[in-house]
Amino acid sequence: MTDVRRRLAVSALAFGGLAFVSVLAAPLIGTTSISLRRVFDGSVPFADNVDAQIFFIARLPRALAGAIVGATLAAAGVVFQALLRNPLATPFTLGVSAGAALGAMLAITLRLHLSLWGVSAVTAASFIGSLGAVAIVYAMARARRRGFSTNILLLAGVTLNAFFSALILFVQYLADSAEALRTMRWLMGDLDIAGYGPILAALPLCAVAFAAFAWLPRPLNLLSLDTDAAASRGVDVLRVQRVAFFSASMATGAAVSLGGPIGFIGIIVPHLVRLIVGSDHRVVLPASALFGAAFLVATDVVARTVMAPIELPVGIITALIGGPFFLWLLVRQR
Amino acid sequence: MLRADNVTYVHDRGRDAEGVAPAPILPDAGGPALPGVLDVSVRVERGHVVGILGPNGSGKTTLLRLLAGMLRPESGTVTLNGRNLASLARPALARSIAVVPQETHLAFDYSVLEIALMGRYPHLGTFELEGPQDVAIAREALAATGTLALERRSFATLSGGEKQRVVIASALAQQAEILLLDEPTASLDLGYQFDIAALLARLNREREITIVVATHDLNFAASLCRSIVMLSEGRVVAAGLTGDTLTSMSIQALYGVVADVYPHHAAGHLTVVPLRRVRRD
Repeated sequence: MTDVRRRLAVSALAFGGLAFVSVLAAPLIGTTSISLRRVFDGSVPFADNVDAQIFFIARLPRALAGAIVGATLAAAGVVFQALLRNPLATPFTLGVSAGAALGAMLAITLRLHLSLWGVSAVTAASFIGSLGAVAIVYAMARARRRGFSTNILLLAGVTLNAFFSALILFVQYLADSAEALRTMRWLMGDLDIAGYGPILAALPLCAVAFAAFAWLPRPLNLLSLDTDAAASRGVDVLRVQRVAFFSASMATGAAVSLGGPIGFIGIIVPHLVRLIVGSDHRVVLPASALFGAAFLVATDVVARTVMAPIELPVGIITALIGGPFFLWLLVRQR
Repeated sequence: MLRADNVTYVHDRGRDAEGVAPAPILPDAGGPALPGVLDVSVRVERGHVVGILGPNGSGKTTLLRLLAGMLRPESGTVTLNGRNLASLARPALARSIAVVPQETHLAFDYSVLEIALMGRYPHLGTFELEGPQDVAIAREALAATGTLALERRSFATLSGGEKQRVVIASALAQQAEILLLDEPTASLDLGYQFDIAALLARLNREREITIVVATHDLNFAASLCRSIVMLSEGRVVAAGLTGDTLTSMSIQALYGVVADVYPHHAAGHLTVVPLRRVRRD
């Protein structure tokens, strides 16, 4: 067995196990304590099984949403970092999450309830918003042939974030106050969803994005050498960049439409994963997705319980962890 | 044989590989050359080592990129053994022609073996992982460049000369018949320059790899190259065997430097000693 096969197998097992356990354990924790044995007790019909009802109806959707959003944002972070050849690039720091949030906000405020091929208007608008933001970032990266310096990257992100935030505030200002309060909570990054509907709405885009992610890791490895070096080893650079750009936007759009612009997952998770498994994207990408799922589900448990009975939006917790982490990375670079 | 026939390419200033402003018209270059235009014919015989010389902005890098099939010529053709490069898919091209850039800066840190294994990219299917055979080829390439002992090291921790040899190993792992190098010794000290020259000469001798190398180092070119192509402002001003091409006259015309060129008895090849700067005419 070669090195990459072994690392892939070990990391998939370890991080996959972690994700599975967190999704299963998270619904057990909460103000009403329930037991896993009673949840899966087949002798009691579901209608009478209070534990099973709390588990499957009240809490599991939230854990699953956390897993999907965490996996998607972490994987999108990996792809953005490879695409822009900068380990500080993430959906959140680039302003892509803010673009997606603006799109979703517009759809929510304008009460667009259409749905096409199982993709809801909110998800689609969120995708379009993220695509617009990435298009700006990508155009800037291409205009500067040598790619992005960290300075330009961060400045572009700060600018886009401020710009989209202003538009979001504007939309919010025009909306009625009850709506504004609801969207405010969502904007903080919140996984408090009702039932499985929102998950199903975001799933098609996630599926397409992850199908693209499955194809990307090998060319992304070569892109981290140099675009010219990648081309000379047989990579169709332009096509890879387009696919990466599109699929990562799609993933961000889907994740934001489900959980709001939850920050810093895309940088904390890939970075920790690289410390453990190295830089090979064939291992980093799936491992980051699995670890991202486990990480966000666990963080959400903290958000739900730390000030119980008040449930905090999980975005507050990830930002509290991620902000200092990001600054530490920035200082440590070079 | 790799050959470029009447190949033209207009530098897109935004993407221009050397990032140099377009050159003015050169009177004796034969015909009115447009600023920033490359217009050349070059033949690289199988098994030869060919040096591309020329001042900054003369189009060396652009020519290399055209020969590598990374740029498509606006007119004319680049052919490898009679086949037009434009008709080959990227992976097929990469199995025939490998490129070594001037310097390599990684966005993420990889091990030396991982860098060498990246040369196997054009030989693997979309979802195929490297097998034991690929690892064997990559390690053999590292051994050929004297870097096998470093295989577990992180690439970022290597010295400039070690990095360059690892990148050459990665290109060797492509198992291409032609190796194109862009100023491979530009950022290296004298010892490493010597190592790279010896390595390239050995690869050419033992593996019959055809080598095309763009360089500013005339003595490096004199020691290594069987023939020389001189570029000035996008045109070939001289081409032929090194002994015939590398002369005091051609060097003065190319660089505006008066130089003494003579066979060095100990080195066993031509030696160039620059004497003084003169105005170019």
